[in-house]
Amino acid sequence: MKNAHEVIEKNVGLLTILMLVAISFGALVQIMPLMFQQQVMEPVKGLTPYTALELEGRDIYIREGCVGCHSQMIRPFRAETERYGHYSVAGESVWEHPFLWGSKRTGPDLARVGGRYSDEWHRVHLLNPRNVVPESNMPGFPWLAENTLTGELTAKKMEVFRGFGVPYSDEDIAGAKAAVEGKTEMQALIAYLQSLGTHLK
Amino acid sequence: MSMFWTIWISVITIGLIIGCYALLRWTLKNNTGVPEGESMGHEFDGIEEINNPLPRWWTILFYITIVWGFIYLALYPGLGAFEGFLGWKSSNQNIQSMEESRQARVDARERGDIVQYDRELEMAEERFDPIFEAYAKVPVEELANDPEANKVGQRLFMQNCSQCHGSDARGNQNGGFPNLTDDDWLYGGSPAKIKETLLGGRSGVMPAQLSALGEEGIDEVATYVLSLSGRDVDQELAKKGKEHFAVCAACHGPDGKGNQQLGAPNLTDTTWLYGGSKRTVVETLTYGRNGVMPSFKDTLGEDKIHVVAAYVYSLSNE
Repeated sequence: MKNAHEVIEKNVGLLTILMLVAISFGALVQIMPLMFQQQVMEPVKGLTPYTALELEGRDIYIREGCVGCHSQMIRPFRAETERYGHYSVAGESVWEHPFLWGSKRTGPDLARVGGRYSDEWHRVHLLNPRNVVPESNMPGFPWLAENTLTGELTAKKMEVFRGFGVPYSDEDIAGAKAAVEGKTEMQALIAYLQSLGTHLK
Repeated sequence: MSMFWTIWISVITIGLIIGCYALLRWTLKNNTGVPEGESMGHEFDGIEEINNPLPRWWTILFYITIVWGFIYLALYPGLGAFEGFLGWKSSNQNIQSMEESRQARVDARERGDIVQYDRELEMAEERFDPIFEAYAKVPVEELANDPEANKVGQRLFMQNCSQCHGSDARGNQNGGFPNLTDDDWLYGGSPAKIKETLLGGRSGVMPAQLSALGEEGIDEVATYVLSLSGRDVDQELAKKGKEHFAVCAACHGPDGKGNQQLGAPNLTDTTWLYGGSKRTVVETLTYGRNGVMPSFKDTLGEDKIHVVAAYVYSLSNE
């Protein structure tokens, strides 16, 4: 071959394939071994799966795009742990599918927001954040207080999570609809927020 | 990390660095069949590609990064289970509980590992712990007059308390967060009580009365409650409301002056937790209230709470 480089330069398909091969080495080294590590599969002591209501709250958290402005990942820097508490550890996220660590902090990190504020604070804050934090630029979510949950799909969601290895019992799944039905989305979201980061004791 | 994954990572990582070196060497050779410095045989708009070698400075930089790659992998943890000759890591991992976290810190120090996060903590503890320990020895009443301590207390307040009580500590009736700058206290305003509140948190429950009183009854009680603080009200309604007040008296006292043991507010003054409009009082009676002050024992620790307590005490005792 006279000019091997020219073959790649003039053949976009081949160039794409070779680029993918080059990038995949990174994943093979960085991501793949982690999937088989004990520490990312073993839950922290006292980790419990989300209750039916918390699970619904988590879906509302996803629907409203909270993850776009709030991370759930406290990094091991003193500046962060002084404000948010102990840094996040792998065993806290083993039942998260998908995890909501996020990568953008327009608002504060929520990894350990559970128990930091009262339910009432969350209610007032979610209706209109400026009612408690005047300088907040977070949008209000007043419709959460009006929408009620039917619980139609809650049991199914829990079954899906059980398929991922989350230890839901048959009773949990059987009682899911009753636990959720008639509750507002606000109640569900607050229940979810109050559970965050409370398991590492 | 198991031997398999260590070998897996090491072979791919080191293989890639060597591969980069090989690619660089190959690229430095003239593979085009065109002599150096001559045209590659195509031009566009008067611009011609000349067969030039890679710039020397760029090539040297590439060599340096390859050498740096090997140095880095020798010093820092990058190759699976190999921890690097420095014994450095960013934080203790594989933690299952707070106790294990504390233990991991002790173990790492005994082994002489450089744990970046632990180092950060140690430096901060060396610098700040003596300050808070010294403050902890001063009684709250006295510390409240120390401007330096109050500055520290205010910082801590801003970060941990202002979200509910406001940055001016005047509270917020939207959520029933009490004003801390006045002399009116739900659970008591002595230094010991303030510290008790901060350490253990508080949980104030006003039960809903709708099922017990009915809408009419609530209207009557609300009217009576408003009359307690000297408001002009319909005397007839208030009189009827007074008859129901026995239920309320269990916590608020027969005279409505409240009870600091229970955190039941005084209803005879003009300080209102959730607001003093009739509408708000009716809302309180209908649905009840749940006032929660979280515990800050784990978040701040006793020494910092002492300083925050002094700051809060100073707000109403200037």
